[in-house]
Amino acid sequence: MIEITANIALTLLALAMVLCLIRLLRGPDIADRILALDTLYINALATLIVLGIRLQNSVFFETALIIGMLGFVGTVVLSKYLIRGDIID
Amino acid sequence: MLVTIAEVLIAALLLVGSGFALVGSYGLAKLGDFYLRLHGPAKATTMGVGSALVASSLYFTVFDEGISVHEVLVAAFLFMSAPVSVHMLVKAVLKNEHDRKRMPPSRPDA
Repeated sequence: MIEITANIALTLLALAMVLCLIRLLRGPDIADRILALDTLYINALATLIVLGIRLQNSVFFETALIIGMLGFVGTVVLSKYLIRGDIID
Repeated sequence: MLVTIAEVLIAALLLVGSGFALVGSYGLAKLGDFYLRLHGPAKATTMGVGSALVASSLYFTVFDEGISVHEVLVAAFLFMSAPVSVHMLVKAVLKNEHDRKRMPPSRPDA
């Protein structure tokens, strides 16, 4: 039962990532695209966790943790670039 | 018996989490304004990833040997970092809007 449910959950998460991709492609402003990237990495993180349940492998958590940290740093750096026009000042 | 209850619970958590992620991303794609669009992904972060993490913690606790708690790491980091990144993003947008506003034109005949 868990396998079938995990497959359904993976399908829903793939749909969610397609919606994020739509916003990433047609966002009118740069900030919309940054927000779409933020949501995209969060969806990827959820996908990795569900994939870990589906494949019964607990190695995926480390991947999810690294993706979370790098995604946060990326969002903050892009916002900082929007504010200052420079990343480190 | 206990295993069956855990299976039902894990399945429900998986469905709820992915449903929330889908609804949050739909809101991101559908809503009309940037400030409205900020509302959707918060649901995807909090409920979507949170439910998936609880489900995987339950799964590896019940079906593997031993208590599995290292999902708490991901959850704690994500719940700390999501408001900070949204705050930075809103600060950037507010500054851009402030810079874009022009002063009203001066009237030479006044």
